[in-house]
Amino acid sequence: METILSGDYPRSRLLTALLGLLLAVLAAAPFLFDGAQAINTAAKICVFVVLVASYDLLLGYTGIVSFAHTMFYGLGGYGVGLALYSWGPSWGAVAGGLALALAAGVLLALGIGLFSLRVRAIFFAMITLAVASAFAVLAAQLSDVTGGEDGRSFRVPELLRPGFRLVAEPVLGTTINGRVVTYYIVFASALLLFLAALRVVNSPFGRVLQAIRENEFRAEALGYRTVCYRTAANCLAAGMAVLAGALNALWLRYTGPETTLSFTIMLDILLMVVIGGMGTLYGAAIGASLLILAQSYLQKLMAVAAQATEGLPLLPQLLHPDRWLLWLGVLFVTSVYFFPSGIVGRLRAASR
Amino acid sequence: MSHPVLETRELTIRFGGHAAVDGVSAAFHAGTLTAIVGPNGAGKTTYFNLMSGQLAATAGRVLLDGVDVTGLGPAARARRGMGRAFQLTNLFPNLSVLENVRLAVQARAGGGGDLLSLWSRRRDWIEIAERVLESVNLANARHTPAAALSHGDKRKLDVAIMMALEPHVLMFDEPTAGMSVDEVPVILDLIHALKAEGTRTILLVEHKMDVVRSLADRIVVLHNGRLVADGEPAEVIASPIVQEAYLGMPARTTVQDLASPALERAHG
Ligand SMILES: Nc1ncnc2c1ncn2[C@@H]1O[C@H](COP(=O)(O)OP(=O)(O)O)[C@@H](O)[C@H]1O
Ligand SMILES: [Mg+2]
Repeated sequence: METILSGDYPRSRLLTALLGLLLAVLAAAPFLFDGAQAINTAAKICVFVVLVASYDLLLGYTGIVSFAHTMFYGLGGYGVGLALYSWGPSWGAVAGGLALALAAGVLLALGIGLFSLRVRAIFFAMITLAVASAFAVLAAQLSDVTGGEDGRSFRVPELLRPGFRLVAEPVLGTTINGRVVTYYIVFASALLLFLAALRVVNSPFGRVLQAIRENEFRAEALGYRTVCYRTAANCLAAGMAVLAGALNALWLRYTGPETTLSFTIMLDILLMVVIGGMGTLYGAAIGASLLILAQSYLQKLMAVAAQATEGLPLLPQLLHPDRWLLWLGVLFVTSVYFFPSGIVGRLRAASR
Repeated sequence: MSHPVLETRELTIRFGGHAAVDGVSAAFHAGTLTAIVGPNGAGKTTYFNLMSGQLAATAGRVLLDGVDVTGLGPAARARRGMGRAFQLTNLFPNLSVLENVRLAVQARAGGGGDLLSLWSRRRDWIEIAERVLESVNLANARHTPAAALSHGDKRKLDVAIMMALEPHVLMFDEPTAGMSVDEVPVILDLIHALKAEGTRTILLVEHKMDVVRSLADRIVVLHNGRLVADGEPAEVIASPIVQEAYLGMPARTTVQDLASPALERAHG
């Protein structure tokens, strides 16, 4: 257990229970739920746990503010998506697209890092914003290649298609088709990547990242080349985001600016990190799950509530599903106000 | 005499038109403790920052073990054995006391590049860090976040972090400033013990003349960025220029350098 979790335990009973529940539900999702929405939500949570964890590596552990994270996520999505679209639905295309996207992502992160991690944090943040915007514009403009605003739908390898049957007979009442296979590829990859990230932050290297977050000046005085460490963290986070993007594309069988590059996703990632708790990867998992659940089900919940309160003054209007963003905002503000160290920080403090 | 371990030649830095350190040449030898004194704003901290690499010189050179290190940054100089404790406490505030020191042990071992093993499995690093903490009487506070320590304990931790690097050049910048009377001996004994090893090159900025007298083999006086005196303690203290420039000030004022802009800039 120590090896698997890299000695980094949840350190709170409730948090352990929540994480256990999350893991169990995600692991059994295809057998627990029938509807497409539930399984889509589960897959999205898997992808975002990786994406948000990789962002926390930057923001929470190293103290680097970057707005280019969706760019790397997009690179992964477009890399796999466009490879499958133009080279046909083979595993070779998946591997080739992924390799190209990874190489491009890490090189780009290296470039951004070497050019701008020396400058003040605020300029670094601005540069990442500029590069990410440029990338989004480029993806939209090169519509011959990328499909522009519409993006590209593509076919996936045989094994991953809905028509494919892994076993002829249903297992526990669930047909094991290509979608279930895809889900488990996404789930297993996400779990592995999360555990890998947990290892990195609890390695001697990860400890240096935290030292840099705390006091870069002193870290340098100890003999750590902080620019190298920050650049390495940037590349690692970028690589992980590329992988998350690739998983997402495989699941959606589609890639486009809305699902990968939009600034809304960048904001979501930020919210998830902050709500879950910066500087703890468990926070990334909790924050991502909570926000995605809220986004997926808040509207439904509100529709029910609006009906239930029908006849009362004002309440039905406030609870109308169209106001879901308002409530999400309220949720965010209250959680930041009451749990400044995030949900995980709060739970840990409570169990001390 | 043997080769100096640390040497500065015409070392100068200008901030705008103002030369905070102005053509300072001095050499420091193994097994000696040199006190650097001078009124506030004389350039002592800036001189340290130039030697340990936090600031880049406008002119002049710094030699460490005979090698020109003027172009190297602070990390590279630290790896060559230059240790620095800071006048303004300079810790990793939200990390535990133990982790503050363990990070230095890890740096010394060159272990920061390892992404795959667990920091907690390197018992040897943790043990060294605990031993260093014991030497400054901080072992009991090992799990406290550095930010929660008292001022005196923060200064001790700052020194402990430097010690954990096992540098052969040690620079103490007013290590006892602001400490309560009963805490001061811990640091002084430590410096004494380091000096007694007879191999290290120790530089000490200190205002308390009794401390300087009891520890220093030599005194260097800075005034307005210039080196104005350099020699045996008794001789330097007696010299008119020092009487005027520094000791003319009411002796033993608990001179606390207020903010040190040099550090703050370097920090930002
Ligand atoms: N980064 C900086 N920018 C401008 N002036 C500085 C900077 N660092 C130090 N100085 C100036 O250099 C002089 C020497 O400062 P300092 O080395 O801190 O003195 P000391 O440590 O001897 O009290 C002071 O006049 C200070 O204002
Ligand atoms: Mg000073």
